[in-house]
Amino acid sequence: MKNTLRQVFHSSKFLVGFIIFLLILLTMWVYPFLNPGNPLEMIGVGTFARPGTYFSLYDAVNTPAETLRLSDADDKRVAASMSMEDRVAMVEWFTLAEVDIEGLDINDTDALLDLWFANYDSSLKLKGMTNAKKNYYKRLDRSIREIRAADTFTLMHPDEDSGELVKRSDISKTDYINVGQVTNVKRLPLGTDNFGRDVLKELVSATGTSIVIGLIAGIVATFIGLSLGLLAGYVGGFLDDIIMFITNIFTVIPSFVLLILISYSIGQDQRGASVVAIVIGFTSWTWTARSVRSQVISLRNRDHVNLSKLSGHSLVRIILTDILPYIASYVVMAFILQVSSGILSEAQLSLLGLGPKTTEVPTLGLMMNWAMLYSAHTNGSWWAYFPVILTITFISFSLNLMNTGLDQVFNPTLRD
Amino acid sequence: MSETRERKDFSNGPLCLSGRGVTKVFGIGDRKTVAVDHVDFDFHEGEFVSIVGESGSGKTTLSKLLLGLMNPTEGEILFEGKPRDISSGSKKREYWKGIQAIFQDPFSSYNVFHKIDSVLLDCINMRGGRNLSKEKKIELMTEACSFVNLKFAELTNKYPFELSGGQMQRLMIARIFLLKPRILLADEPTSMVDACSRATILDMLLDLRDETGMTIIFITHDIGLAYYISDTVYIMEHGRFVESGKADEVILNPQAAYTKRLISDVPKIHEEWDLSTVDLLSKEE
Repeated sequence: MKNTLRQVFHSSKFLVGFIIFLLILLTMWVYPFLNPGNPLEMIGVGTFARPGTYFSLYDAVNTPAETLRLSDADDKRVAASMSMEDRVAMVEWFTLAEVDIEGLDINDTDALLDLWFANYDSSLKLKGMTNAKKNYYKRLDRSIREIRAADTFTLMHPDEDSGELVKRSDISKTDYINVGQVTNVKRLPLGTDNFGRDVLKELVSATGTSIVIGLIAGIVATFIGLSLGLLAGYVGGFLDDIIMFITNIFTVIPSFVLLILISYSIGQDQRGASVVAIVIGFTSWTWTARSVRSQVISLRNRDHVNLSKLSGHSLVRIILTDILPYIASYVVMAFILQVSSGILSEAQLSLLGLGPKTTEVPTLGLMMNWAMLYSAHTNGSWWAYFPVILTITFISFSLNLMNTGLDQVFNPTLRD
Repeated sequence: MSETRERKDFSNGPLCLSGRGVTKVFGIGDRKTVAVDHVDFDFHEGEFVSIVGESGSGKTTLSKLLLGLMNPTEGEILFEGKPRDISSGSKKREYWKGIQAIFQDPFSSYNVFHKIDSVLLDCINMRGGRNLSKEKKIELMTEACSFVNLKFAELTNKYPFELSGGQMQRLMIARIFLLKPRILLADEPTSMVDACSRATILDMLLDLRDETGMTIIFITHDIGLAYYISDTVYIMEHGRFVESGKADEVILNPQAAYTKRLISDVPKIHEEWDLSTVDLLSKEE
């Protein structure tokens, strides 16, 4: 046993897979301590806030400011306020107004603005320009001028008695505050999802749920498959025929269709994470049963089994002590694959909206489902689904890598 | 090897295992293979019987039929004069108290997950010694091991795969010594061990027979070995017994062509090896 474990951990593939999986588990364990609270709490009101650090504007105003004179601050500000669309529109205007724009670089904000202030005239009538377009240029001109004007913002608040606005302070362009001094700062490394929930927190919680679903599904599938495979393989004869008949029926019916039908018939209310896991387990045991059976058939005529029979051991004892230990490594490998496919099945089911009910726990599949329903993929909110896909990939990659590593250890002909 | 070993005549002794028209067929239709084809045999108590044949002649299948690990397709096996009944698990267990086996490959005969102690303890339990004191059990195991020149103190808490092939096969004999069945079926017990161990193992089998009076059914492909050790010889070809009788009669005066060939195939040290039969065989094919 000790030697086997040492050998297993010498396999680089197994080790890499194991470390990745361990890191995922460690994150799941540590992260809730760093960021406690309900992962399904809707902290944001809008949908899909971008990843980043958020700090309270209200608190920022009340934070004492320092004056910093940075020479490039103005330029940066203007450059940031002019989108690429605006720039293209400005060039379009120049073309219509027949301004010479040779050698103009669209990214050179200074040159663009110089040319704009020198030539722009809102009263100029240009051929083929709609009214709406004309107004757009007026607005663009005004916003550029506002930003360039060296104004300060004046902060007012209503007087408690009269309701009149009272000036409180000025915010100048050179005022800076230290982010560290702002009282309320929220880091959202993966932004928020469509319900305004912290995606990272949700993801960590969902990974945990999905791994548990995978484990339950794997245990159920391996248990059923192993029991039937052992019985069919060792006892043989009529019992083998019956078990293989049932197994073949389950193999022929696509298990995913079965999974959808069962999931649908259980109904949304009863469909907790563990129920979904058991349903997945019940539909994916056939492969294990078949392969265990074929392994057992090759074992049952071995001399050590015959000797055990001659020693008067019972059927159960022979199966448990003379057959099972010999296929244990194989069963562990099958179990790992079942866990991996259980996690994938849950993701597929949930993506179709047939996963666990949505109010209790997040799962990786549910997160994808939500992202899809609120069209995160079309509005560019990559943070709502891409980290989920990456997590699923990493889990199943690590499990499969562990499986391949074990395969190489227990099956020396595969070693390279 | 002494060729003058005294052979007793068992032909009138009490029968312990006999068969009438025993047949085993594998597969059906075109893929049908008749492994054992209507064989008759009578094994007597205390007799050393050899079944000799080349690979694929059905020896091992016959041994499994005799052990009750397989059911014959046709025919009847009589155990101590009465038809053998092994239809239920408990009847099988009872039958196996009377017949035990040593297999060809000692390396695959043991469960690699069990220690040597548990192999021997199983035998004590099977003989009804489950309630014996621990000291008594150890004494029995030590006695069995010393019978086969092994030291129990060195073997205890070891796994079978830590022993050499010869030691493992001797441990098998120690197992038989503990069980003391009336019939021992030895399926080529010496083919996987070296020549020195082979003589030791054969002598141990003979000692076992002399000590307990058990019947030994010795299955081998080596007719020389069979001649050295057995009282009675059965020659098996393609699932049939082509010749049988006392060892001296069959081997010194063979009647069947197959027996003659088997004898001429034995390599000899002081004569030129007669390979003409090999050519004959390849021409036949």
